[in-house]
Amino acid sequence: MSETPLNLLKLNLDERVYVKLRGARSMAGTLQAFDSHCNIVLSDAVETRYELVDGELRSTERPSEMVFVRGDSVTLVTTPEDE
Amino acid sequence: MLFFSFFKTLVDQEVVVELKNDIEIKGTLQSVDQFLNLKLDNISCDDETKYPHLSTVRNIFIRGSTVRYVYLNKNMVDTNLLQDATRREAMSEKK
Repeated sequence: MSETPLNLLKLNLDERVYVKLRGARSMAGTLQAFDSHCNIVLSDAVETRYELVDGELRSTERPSEMVFVRGDSVTLVTTPEDE
Repeated sequence: MLFFSFFKTLVDQEVVVELKNDIEIKGTLQSVDQFLNLKLDNISCDDETKYPHLSTVRNIFIRGSTVRYVYLNKNMVDTNLLQDATRREAMSEKK
């Protein structure tokens, strides 16, 4: 029986995930929910925004205890590099 | 349908919505539909000077597609229930 990619995401529920987003953003957090549109709810999340300031890469972080991310901003979901 | 039901459980709670144009609006969730369009009541912006066009508005309709994030409080969400609902939804879509 073949598992669909979204079905494999089920294995990451209640685990830390790293979500790459459109617009030079990413979000790391504990996966609480997702659906077929890649709408996602993360808890204990940290959003990272990347900007170029005078040719230098700057990142700013923003923590949140619970956040819903709309699926159309999501580009990939993976397990995090060591936090 | 999962997130439609999820947002229905959040009605009457205070949420912060971040839109794709970086506007951030705090307000009480009044209603939601299947497209995750949102109606917020009694809205405020953290930085009123940045969004003067919103400072006289109290009640707004947000088109779902313009939403980037919805920030919630932990105590609004039953995480076990949400994870189970996600597993069930993933299961039912497989068929």
